Amino acid sequence: MAILMEQVFPVESGAYATAGEASTTIKRKLKQLGIDATVLRRVSVASYEVELNLVIHSMGGTLTLQVDPEKVTLISQDVGPGIPDIDKAMTEGYSTANEEARTLGFGAGMGLPNMRRNATDFDIQSQVGVGTTIMMSFALKG
Amino acid sequence: MEEKRIFHSVRLEKEKCKACTNCLKRCPTEAIRVRGGRAHIIDERCIDCGECIRVCEYHAKIAVTDPLSSISRFKYKIALPAPSLYGQFKNLRSIAQVLTGLKHMGFDEVFEVARGADVVTRAIREKLRQPDLPRPLISAACPAIVRLIQVRFPDLIDHIIDIRQPMEVAALIAKREFARKHDVPESEVGCFFITPCPAKVTAIRNPIGHEKSAVDGAISVLEIYGLLSSHTRSHETDESLVQASAWGVGWANSGGEANAVCPENSMAVDGIENVIRVLEEIENNKLHDLTFFEGSACTGGCVGGPLNFENNYVARNMIRRMVDKTSDLHPEHHVDVSMLTKYPLYNQRDIMPNTAMKLDDDIVEAMRKLEKMEEIYKRLPGYDCGSCGSPTCRTFAEDIVQGFATDMDCIHKLKEQLKIMAQQMVNLAQTTRE
Repeated sequence: MAILMEQVFPVESGAYATAGEASTTIKRKLKQLGIDATVLRRVSVASYEVELNLVIHSMGGTLTLQVDPEKVTLISQDVGPGIPDIDKAMTEGYSTANEEARTLGFGAGMGLPNMRRNATDFDIQSQVGVGTTIMMSFALKG
Repeated sequence: MEEKRIFHSVRLEKEKCKACTNCLKRCPTEAIRVRGGRAHIIDERCIDCGECIRVCEYHAKIAVTDPLSSISRFKYKIALPAPSLYGQFKNLRSIAQVLTGLKHMGFDEVFEVARGADVVTRAIREKLRQPDLPRPLISAACPAIVRLIQVRFPDLIDHIIDIRQPMEVAALIAKREFARKHDVPESEVGCFFITPCPAKVTAIRNPIGHEKSAVDGAISVLEIYGLLSSHTRSHETDESLVQASAWGVGWANSGGEANAVCPENSMAVDGIENVIRVLEEIENNKLHDLTFFEGSACTGGCVGGPLNFENNYVARNMIRRMVDKTSDLHPEHHVDVSMLTKYPLYNQRDIMPNTAMKLDDDIVEAMRKLEKMEEIYKRLPGYDCGSCGSPTCRTFAEDIVQGFATDMDCIHKLKEQLKIMAQQMVNLAQTTRE
């Protein structure tokens, strides 16, 4: 099924003041669409994690929301620095968050594992020096 | 919603409404519109929190409650005073003065809602011992917050504690005890809640989680305040009427419930806008290590209810002093565990999401509307001034898409249009002159 709705949210690196705004907007839109509560909850958790990842770890990027009648898709694309060892990054408890982020309560090393757990499909591609793309989809039925 | 017309305690008195934007801007569920020179409340969205009552300078927003005279519907009458009632009287020596006063006002018996709170405390303590519960569990004590979650946070419904409110539990126990003691049928016993807020009135008429309320009516604190005030001073007090612990009384204040239920790992937030912000955090899973969350729509907790008489900070302080000076046993040690099975304390129905924010039942159509809203929104000035009668430019765009408003309801768009028209008239005048 073709994508029926798409919105792109730019996310700035280190912008803690506005961190979470994209996911708040995403949540509001999905509620207006009447998305099922359990799916909504999973998208909420994953979109907040992925947005915060962009703020904390990336050099900036975008978060894209796509909706079609079958699924909700979130795509995070950044311009670097890229993840050298994806398997390690996907390990629970592993984090490269800096002191600033940790003081704010992030860096528990649960971001990526949480995203994978909540999404129906999860895919991560990364190249050092180029950037990281995370694609998550959430099935709306069945 | 199956109901033909949803009951709401919060209403508008049309004649008093000046069509200002005070309530419009403060409604947490965007349930108010100003159209045709007066406010309108969207029934499906209203959660009866009473914010609009508080901010309306013209007293056009009111709460419908039962008059004191309505207690005569029953042969036997029991008053259920909310704990916040105790914070309404200055120089109170004992809670017994309030309870005795109520009995002199025509009630056959008084049963403290704080006693219901003691039982609910015990029940929640038991509940918290169960494994694999969502974290944090959310208090169900404030019906406005429960309804807020139904409307704005449907994905947090399974966090709400499935135990009835203290008011309900108090009514269940009061009725049965009275009926047994006096050997009369329960159907002849009426329980009347002395309420600080409209949300509880609606919760009685339209229970969330169970079919029928055990409470038969709700009388506002303001309605009985004058009469009760004189009765608190003019009688010999009956101290035996005080049965609730200070822990139960503490529920009147924000944090009272959290402190009784889970002092180890809980959080209490008051004021509906603050609660919304923290619910967002819970939704983002940022508070997954918190056990219990208490949210009160009113500032200060129930003492801040719009139907109370006393200033909420003054009342809060009086409650605090009452609670501080006693050294009552925690409900866990004085409420017998048999109470938890003796009465139907637990919800009998699932709490369902309220779909009033949904743009359309058909998701494809909803997406189409959302896209259109986005287009319209881009053309609006973004002042969120409320002059169009919708609370924000975003909701205005929604109202246009839903067919409830047109572009020209925006006075800024109208001005723009008038400017163009004026220019066109000038041009026209000039062309005709030549």
